[in-house]
Amino acid sequence: MATQTQSPRDTQLQPVPSAEDEAGQAYFDKIIAEDSRIEPADWMPAGYRKTLTRQISQHAHSEIIGMQPEANFITRAPSLKRKAILMAKVQDEAGHGLYLYSAAETLGTPRDELFDQLLSGKAKYSSIFNYPALTWADMGAIGWLVDGAAIVNQVPLCRASYGPYGRAMVRVCKEESFHQRQGFEILLELASGTPAQKQMAQDAVNRFYAPALMMFGPNDDESPNSQQSMRWNIKRFSNDELRQRFVGMIQEQVKVLGLTLPDDKIRFNEETGKWEYGELDWNEFYEVLKGRGPCNAQRMERRREAHENGAWVREAAAAYAAKKAQKAQVA
Amino acid sequence: MATSDQTAMGTSDKTPATEIGHTPEKAPWPLWEVFVRSSRGLSHVHAGSLHAPDADMAVRNARDLYTRRNEGVSLWVVPASSIVASDPDAKGEFFESPKGKDYRHATYYKKSEGVKHL
Repeated sequence: MATQTQSPRDTQLQPVPSAEDEAGQAYFDKIIAEDSRIEPADWMPAGYRKTLTRQISQHAHSEIIGMQPEANFITRAPSLKRKAILMAKVQDEAGHGLYLYSAAETLGTPRDELFDQLLSGKAKYSSIFNYPALTWADMGAIGWLVDGAAIVNQVPLCRASYGPYGRAMVRVCKEESFHQRQGFEILLELASGTPAQKQMAQDAVNRFYAPALMMFGPNDDESPNSQQSMRWNIKRFSNDELRQRFVGMIQEQVKVLGLTLPDDKIRFNEETGKWEYGELDWNEFYEVLKGRGPCNAQRMERRREAHENGAWVREAAAAYAAKKAQKAQVA
Repeated sequence: MATSDQTAMGTSDKTPATEIGHTPEKAPWPLWEVFVRSSRGLSHVHAGSLHAPDADMAVRNARDLYTRRNEGVSLWVVPASSIVASDPDAKGEFFESPKGKDYRHATYYKKSEGVKHL
């Protein structure tokens, strides 16, 4: 990276760059230019630290909130096999949240503070989880489309310039592919079932298609932070590039399902070599992001409830640890 | 705060990780680094970190978090605060000595034609 432009905010944070900061910046720029990795103990620009803390913790929050739509269906899974699969998937999501919280913490914000940011509503999470899961087919659509979109987004993040983030993403991506396949399988089973089952699958795809596409974030010209993230090698592809790639993948896969995507504008543009799709409702996206989606209040309430209900477990574990340590000292 | 990745920083202005066994009920749980031996004959390799109130819970949590798919046959958990790291600011000079000492590598030496098993 030849020119590292500082945002006005960064300049405010560090009015007079010390010699140490200048040397740090030079070393940082060199590492980024070499496409190498920044590790926690390295000097990094305040903006880089802040951007990553926000992105990684939001990602972690999304995994934790993302457990809810599917957890709600564990008791309603149609077979023991499906129940076991769903439990494993929800457990994975908890795990992914923990990997990501660990990575975020290496940037200097303690875990409890990250939790507080979620519980107080200060931090955001992926808007997709504010849509309701209404039928069993939604478990299929979530796996196929939501996890599918997440994978397309996450694979390039394995090469993010921040070491701990990249390492967490490698682990997440390895586990995530089962999530997408089991979703596809649920839809395939329903689509090959009775007309009512097939209709249920189609309905789920219809509802999750557009929100899944919006998971990649606003269009490139509406996403000013993306540019800086790409210069920092955190992001490797723009929102629109990833979205186009995803549309290309699912328009092929949907044929195997014998279902359709609710978008008659999907076509491959020979000239640009890119997939095109119909206009997305960005007003809806921003409404959901601002907390006015169908399930925002419910998700947050459930999360706070779970946190409060778990307090006694955390306290008991700490008390037990303290008691044991005391006994060990005496003995 | 002291992730092993971070112990080297030494000078964090944030709340330090709670010492093991001295966790008041409301204080954050200490941080543990997790090492997984993927199969017999291999070393334990760093997998990540987690918070737990004590060593036993750290091992149990590590099993749930890092070995959900038969990734390991053995686990180590180490309090992150116990890890001593090299000074990150020393970067170059600390690791410099092998430089210019190519003769420590086999590739430094010219191969003689026809000489086998060397």
